[in-house]
Amino acid sequence: MTIQTDVQLDAKGLACPMPIVKTKKSMKDLEPGQVLEIQATDQGSTTDLKAWADKSGHQYLGTNESDGVLYHYVRKADEEKAETSHPNTVDNKDLESLGDDAVVIDVRESAEYAFGHIPGAISVPLGELEERMNEIDASKDVYVVCRTGNRSDMAAQKLAENGYDKVYNVIPGMSEWNGDTEKAK
Amino acid sequence: MALHAMKPSELAKKVVNKEDLFILDVRTEDAFEDWKVEGENFEYKNVPYFDLIDGVEDIMDDLPKDKEILVVCAKEGSSIMVGDMLSDEGLEVSYLEGGMKAWSEHLEPVKISDLNNGGELYQFVRLGKGCLSYMVLSGGEAAVIDANRMTNIYTDFAKEKGVTINHTMDTHLHADHISGGRALAEETGGSYWLPPKDATEVTFDYQALEDGNTIKVGDTNIDIQALYSPGHTIGSTSFVVDEQYLMTGDILFIDSIGRPDLAGKADDWVGDLRTTLYERYQNLSEELIVLPAHYMILDELNDDGSVQEKLSVLYAQNHGLNIEDEDEFRRTVTENLPPQPNAYQEIRETNMGQITPDSEKKREMEIGPNRCAVR
Repeated sequence: MTIQTDVQLDAKGLACPMPIVKTKKSMKDLEPGQVLEIQATDQGSTTDLKAWADKSGHQYLGTNESDGVLYHYVRKADEEKAETSHPNTVDNKDLESLGDDAVVIDVRESAEYAFGHIPGAISVPLGELEERMNEIDASKDVYVVCRTGNRSDMAAQKLAENGYDKVYNVIPGMSEWNGDTEKAK
Repeated sequence: MALHAMKPSELAKKVVNKEDLFILDVRTEDAFEDWKVEGENFEYKNVPYFDLIDGVEDIMDDLPKDKEILVVCAKEGSSIMVGDMLSDEGLEVSYLEGGMKAWSEHLEPVKISDLNNGGELYQFVRLGKGCLSYMVLSGGEAAVIDANRMTNIYTDFAKEKGVTINHTMDTHLHADHISGGRALAEETGGSYWLPPKDATEVTFDYQALEDGNTIKVGDTNIDIQALYSPGHTIGSTSFVVDEQYLMTGDILFIDSIGRPDLAGKADDWVGDLRTTLYERYQNLSEELIVLPAHYMILDELNDDGSVQEKLSVLYAQNHGLNIEDEDEFRRTVTENLPPQPNAYQEIRETNMGQITPDSEKKREMEIGPNRCAVR
């Protein structure tokens, strides 16, 4: 799959420290929760980027390599609300026990989905939910998952407003998912 | 203030001379934790460069005003950035040219001694990794033992000395660094010698080092005698050079002994290791001077920067040679071992010719400290 990102940064041919210097600068212009793709050729950039992201609270999603270019994905730190308001929730274990029949909608960004998701989960990033809602079968039980339960809460509310009456928010979601995952090819 | 570049060779002198130095290491915490420039009188501060992009004000109070400061990073780029910022703040600082990468590849030649019949023996100390290699020179010829990957250092040295390298030999199949023995032999047209028991899976031709082989260097007959001494690997072979020096490879170090587990056979080889250390070496002259293939800690470095000690002294002082009880010995060398060296499987495969990584990859595989010993 192609990984959709909000902003791309070309740091190819640049040696350390420039890939991180430029990443840091680009990050300032991103909205919280948006994903930055960093293209780099410096092999050391992977470890450094991961260490930098961990320290600054951003979410390092992963790195793909193709033709000698590293494609790094980092999601800007997002504000987390402690409370969710969609009434119907299940926890990770409930979802795990449902097995293959469950319709699982993963509303994280496409880069987050790409580096690890529940097998069979359908990727519909929160920002695309409105226009792609018709892809989701309203007659079935729908389980909405994100990283911590926040974005899935918003998505579940939106689905409920649009006539989906069997929608469940999965809490907490992928951050503590212990079941199988797969990566996008 | 201007920012200065410090060459690895200048830094090496500071290590050997036990000079004072304050190192500001701007790599990640993990990298620093794993591996750094070691110096007896060095002080350290580790702040990743990405924490300093917006300014160095926060660390100014932690930097000494009366001590030389060296900024170190992986390849030099970040240390220049941070060094420039410190200079702008009015500090006199240097950065390490080529970073840890260059430090890891620096070899410091130290003369061990003149040999009988006019030969010379040099030890090449790889301070960044603790690897030791050797060149025996005599009558216009030379042999290199346990050569490192940076073969140009040996060819340049040979050229300077006006000798031709005819032989390269490895005491064993190395697991912690990539051998330069085969490449060096190809470059110089010499022979590459390996113990056959370590070479059962190699993909290239080599000269078999057998117990009792004598290899002559130069027409003045400096003998290198091979002595089969298994334990670290099943093929491990020691050399007696000019009847004075015992090159022990990774079997016996100055302050420790070899570990038997890097080919996954600790239990099989522990008996061989004990026999070599407690019987074979015991039968040799105690006057022999031990020259190992590694050192682990700075205390093993002598004042002249060399790593060498008399066999009799090691029998008196090295803990690994003084474990009477066989079971205790077995436990010491098979339990609580340090972590295995970075990429040691890939390094072994490279040394067997099974894989051929590019030079950038080779560098990366060798990153980090060597861990061949048990103390």
